[in-house]
Amino acid sequence: MTAASLTGADSRTEVPLKRRLKRAERARQLKALALVVPLLLFLLFTFAGPIAGMLWRAVDDPEVRQVLPQTVAALASWDGKDLPDERAYAALAGDIQAARAAGTIAIAAKRLNYALNGFRTILTSTARNLKTMPEPGTAKEALGKINPAWRERATWTTIKDAGGPVTSFYLLGALDLVRNADGAIVAAPPDQAIYREVFARTFLISLGVTALCLILGFPVAYLLATLPPGRSNLLMIFVLLPFWTSLLVRTCAWIVLLQSKGVVNDSLHWLGIIDEPLRLIYNRFGVCVAMTHVLLPFMILPLYSSMKAISPAYMRAAASLGAPPLTAFLRIYLPQTLPGIGAGCLLVFILALGYYITPALVGGAADQMISYFIALYTTETANWGLASALGAVLLLATILLALVYGKLVQGQQVTGGMKN
Amino acid sequence: MSDNASLRTPSQRIAWTATILVSALVFIFLIAPILAIMPLSFSSGSYLTYPLPGLSFRWYDDFISSPRWMNSLKNSMIIGVASTMLSMVLGTLAALGLAQWKSRFKPLVLAFVLSPVVVPGVITAVGLYFFFAPIGLTGSYLGLILAHTALATPFVVITVGATLQSFDTNLARAAASLGASPLEAFRRVILPLILPGLASGALFAFATSFDEVVIVLFMAGPEQRTLPREMFSGIRENISPTITAAAVILTTVSVILLATLEGLRRRNERLKGGG
Repeated sequence: MTAASLTGADSRTEVPLKRRLKRAERARQLKALALVVPLLLFLLFTFAGPIAGMLWRAVDDPEVRQVLPQTVAALASWDGKDLPDERAYAALAGDIQAARAAGTIAIAAKRLNYALNGFRTILTSTARNLKTMPEPGTAKEALGKINPAWRERATWTTIKDAGGPVTSFYLLGALDLVRNADGAIVAAPPDQAIYREVFARTFLISLGVTALCLILGFPVAYLLATLPPGRSNLLMIFVLLPFWTSLLVRTCAWIVLLQSKGVVNDSLHWLGIIDEPLRLIYNRFGVCVAMTHVLLPFMILPLYSSMKAISPAYMRAAASLGAPPLTAFLRIYLPQTLPGIGAGCLLVFILALGYYITPALVGGAADQMISYFIALYTTETANWGLASALGAVLLLATILLALVYGKLVQGQQVTGGMKN
Repeated sequence: MSDNASLRTPSQRIAWTATILVSALVFIFLIAPILAIMPLSFSSGSYLTYPLPGLSFRWYDDFISSPRWMNSLKNSMIIGVASTMLSMVLGTLAALGLAQWKSRFKPLVLAFVLSPVVVPGVITAVGLYFFFAPIGLTGSYLGLILAHTALATPFVVITVGATLQSFDTNLARAAASLGASPLEAFRRVILPLILPGLASGALFAFATSFDEVVIVLFMAGPEQRTLPREMFSGIRENISPTITAAAVILTTVSVILLATLEGLRRRNERLKGGG
């Protein structure tokens, strides 16, 4: 029998079997995917969709377009160099009349006031004083008489910029940038430029808390990883109990401890160390202490699992080769904990960036992080565009850090450190 | 202990002693606030200071007789249990699917499924606020249950997924070869074996919902305020001893959850050791 006839005989029976196996496998894969789909659809509705909606609001600019449609249309062809022509003025007069009748003038006034302080007054006073539609050809003169602001180019570029349908206004605003009357991107006036400082503060607090967590968490993780399992399991309760205790309970506990008549101040007074109570809360100190307390387990657990994986034989080998303990620690042990340090630090930093509750409850006005402003503009002042833009910047920072985290813990069992 | 035997030099002993000392201080830092708040809830006085003027249950009475606090406890339970059940169904199905699914898109899908844990609460809350308001889901139990389910499901996927990793797929194949239908094999072979994983997933899901406050802040109407939400406003206004009573109740729930989880873990380890 030749080799060719052998392979020929084989392939005749093999092909249908291979195909059948492939088909069965494909069906299995489809079934597996079908099990995941309900969750994907659910998250699309309750998570991804809402966040996409928020991102859309960061660039969406509907108000002026809705309230002053003819003006926006008339300004579309305006080059923005001199004042617009009579046609734009007439369109504005018509829009204002219609908006006053519909009671929608305040919607556009609010949006335009974000871009140019005082625009609210310009628009409402014009609406109030524009009793009748100006005669054809006199709109420019009539509006200029009611409010001299209509003779300024900046007033009109503001309307044109806010004409939508999309805008970079809020995103630029979140970075303390504005477009000037010539359309160039420049720094916002100092009295409005607060967000870079807020972002810097958010990063600084998160960084400080991460550093504190690492300094406090490292020896604990080392101890837990070195002790025999029986004892380390017992001590693990000290880490897991706070971890499972409600965030609100822990924040509340710190207020009780640190307030001016709190346990810490009373004890220090009783010991004769202080005469006046120290200010330990509603300031940066309180925020850092409470946040470190909340986030410390998120540092200890990944550190612990990376240290647990280090064989003590390495240290013994280093010692037997004559390395002094410090050298052995720095050159043999520490490098092996680096993935754990990286994962723990990134996790704590990511979580700290988005913190809202703890700074809101134990921080002062100067300690509020970016989340506070997002919440403020959403629920209090209803500046949804700016809230969304700040949210978009925070989300971007989080995603970038999470990608690094993902790369770091790939193949490690540290993801479980999220909640255990 | 093997490691103590290697601590020969004095400097090593000093370093070890320092580690123990620092760790002890950190343990105190971690646990003291939680312990310090507890006795205050049994105080007979109205001030949150030591020494206690006397012991009483008046703040617990206050909690139980307050419709506001009791309603919030009830809401936390309703929303917690409902979102746990929903996230168990969605999360277990997804974990089962992901365990069998082979695709280069799998890491991407997994990252998406786990992302609600990483995305800051405020962002999720603002997004949901904009998204749910027009369809009437803000200020409703359903809206909060859906939102909490989204936050809790990743933990179910993680815990159940971890259990499935150690699950021997040959058992399912054996069941099939003995004539069990896929559903029957799941119910009688797979389910009993992964039950501890399911239980810890449920605990995580419940704890996530029970402790969540940012989304409740944005989305709950006066009717749906949960226990953490009530504590948040209580802490903002002024901390009364009733809040410490609420804190003790919340902590007790956490301890029960933690103890149950630890029991499950031990049982699992014993079973593994026996097998």
